[in-house]
Amino acid sequence: MEIKEKRIDEARLMKGNEALAEAAICASLDAYFGYPITPQSEVLEYLEREIPNRHGLVLQAESEIASINMVYGAAGAGARVMTSSSSPGISLMQEGISYIASAQLPCLIVNVVRGGPGLGTIQPSQGDYFQATKGGGHGDYHLIVLAPASVQEMADFVFDAFQLAEKYRNPAMILSDGALGQMMEKVILPEEGSLPKTPAPWATTGKTKDRDHNIITSLFIQPEEMEKINLQLQEKYKAMQCEVRYEEIQTDDAEILLVAFGLSARICQKTVDLGREKGIKIGLLRPITLYPYPYQRISELAEKAQFILTVEMNAGQMVEDVRLGVEGRVPVYFKGRMGGMIPSPEDILQEVEAHYSKHNVMQD
Amino acid sequence: MNEKLYLDPEADTYLEQVYCRPDTLTDVPFHYCPGCGHSVVHKVLMEVVEELGIQEETIGVAPVGCSVFAYHYMNVDMQEAAHGRASAVATGIKRVLPEKYVFSYQGDGDLAAIGTAETIHTVNRGENILMVFINNGIYGMTGGQMAPTSLIGQVTSTSPYGRDAAQVGNPIKIADLLCLLPGAYYVTRQAVYNPNTVRKLKKALIKSFEYQKQKKGTCFVEVVSNCPSGWKMAPVETIKYLEEKMIPAYPLGDLKVPQN
Repeated sequence: MEIKEKRIDEARLMKGNEALAEAAICASLDAYFGYPITPQSEVLEYLEREIPNRHGLVLQAESEIASINMVYGAAGAGARVMTSSSSPGISLMQEGISYIASAQLPCLIVNVVRGGPGLGTIQPSQGDYFQATKGGGHGDYHLIVLAPASVQEMADFVFDAFQLAEKYRNPAMILSDGALGQMMEKVILPEEGSLPKTPAPWATTGKTKDRDHNIITSLFIQPEEMEKINLQLQEKYKAMQCEVRYEEIQTDDAEILLVAFGLSARICQKTVDLGREKGIKIGLLRPITLYPYPYQRISELAEKAQFILTVEMNAGQMVEDVRLGVEGRVPVYFKGRMGGMIPSPEDILQEVEAHYSKHNVMQD
Repeated sequence: MNEKLYLDPEADTYLEQVYCRPDTLTDVPFHYCPGCGHSVVHKVLMEVVEELGIQEETIGVAPVGCSVFAYHYMNVDMQEAAHGRASAVATGIKRVLPEKYVFSYQGDGDLAAIGTAETIHTVNRGENILMVFINNGIYGMTGGQMAPTSLIGQVTSTSPYGRDAAQVGNPIKIADLLCLLPGAYYVTRQAVYNPNTVRKLKKALIKSFEYQKQKKGTCFVEVVSNCPSGWKMAPVETIKYLEEKMIPAYPLGDLKVPQN
């Protein structure tokens, strides 16, 4: 999360959404298709402003449904392509995302999450964790999911997401939120044009004489064939597990472990500082990839923790994955705010202290 | 073509090949019902691609519907789109490969019901693609349900007492609607139920690819077709129904031609 000292002179002050859009241009984006929705419209606005003077193309579609299907077509034609939206718009895209996952097309989908369900609120939320990490649309599939916690990571993860998407021929998602999208921070942008293109011999670029016609489809009507495709996908998801990423803050001697991603992790960092000032041995595990998920690391950290507190801006979604990692060995508690509300570091510390005193009374 | 196949090299008897399957069709037999117009449209479209010599530069988009497997038969690079979204997928392809020829191929449910928004906006943007629209007034693949283009009084599995305009509206003439959009460069309604209509369709398709090369805008070719299984008629009877019912409701001919 720290700006690298040696490049501090290159730092710009940018909104998360704009940093992400600029990073996409730096990543040699071929095409962006999108539809306005708060709190991520700056992505489309920025690209509409910048792309005509630089490279690539941007198109405002008639809906999120059209956007994601344009992404499908362009990705199938071998282009580096992305879309972005916020929660209700991402729900509209789910059919298309399922097709993209099944047809194994690389692309980037950005969800700047707002509070739901329904039309909800335009304030930040993490309520789309299940949708992002467990599939989202119909059928058995996974996206690669990256969760930034700063404006810098909004930019950096564009590169990581394209790289992973192309490596695995799989859609990747950046799961952000309205606060990260809207807030301004210092950011050092990745070097323009520094992300090499992955060859796509499978793409529909026009059948040449030396090959059969390429077909992009998600239809495999014989169940034997469809099962084979599913097995291929599952193999791929297994292979992706090596890409798991996380950050640890003061976990070495932690008796109390906080687990949080994205903006919640940012807040929990402060809680760790406040707790340490009071002499509480508290640490934080921040999953950076939400799929694949760091179950293994959570399992290891559970060995030495008294208890775990998962903090999310939802009703308790990632906590289920934490519990899967912990396998019942220590208590896993949950602290959450919903509907666009953000927990404060003090609220979280209070929750920690309540559990802490309960545990230590029990021990006495 | 026109190669001589000698039956007996000694004698001067030979067979001359004057007609064959175009290379732009694969060797896979069509799954279409006997008498269905899809087979003819597939063949004519691929003949045009072969004759124009654009097989290597053509990318097609198949829909959801009876022609969902079009990519098995058409020997060009193809993508299979979600139901209704073929023109959005075609837009995505064309925008990143602007020098290629791109066509979408959709039925009436796909293009004129679930995909209406994509259809209208694709044409409104004047995407440089060819949209082929097969209108047979019924959902064939799902087993004969009412389509947006089903005729008034038409009996289908979901309009068992006949289509009632008061309940479900009138047959939608989507090609006529599209003519209003400046992005539509060439809009025509053709058929494939006799040799004459097939010839006319072929000419319309050739023109459409030529316009696409000139980047003129969207070319929209409707084909009023039949569905023996869905209409529950023998193929010959469907021709009579086409002439007596369908074509009066969907008159053939150019609806919008380039203004010069």
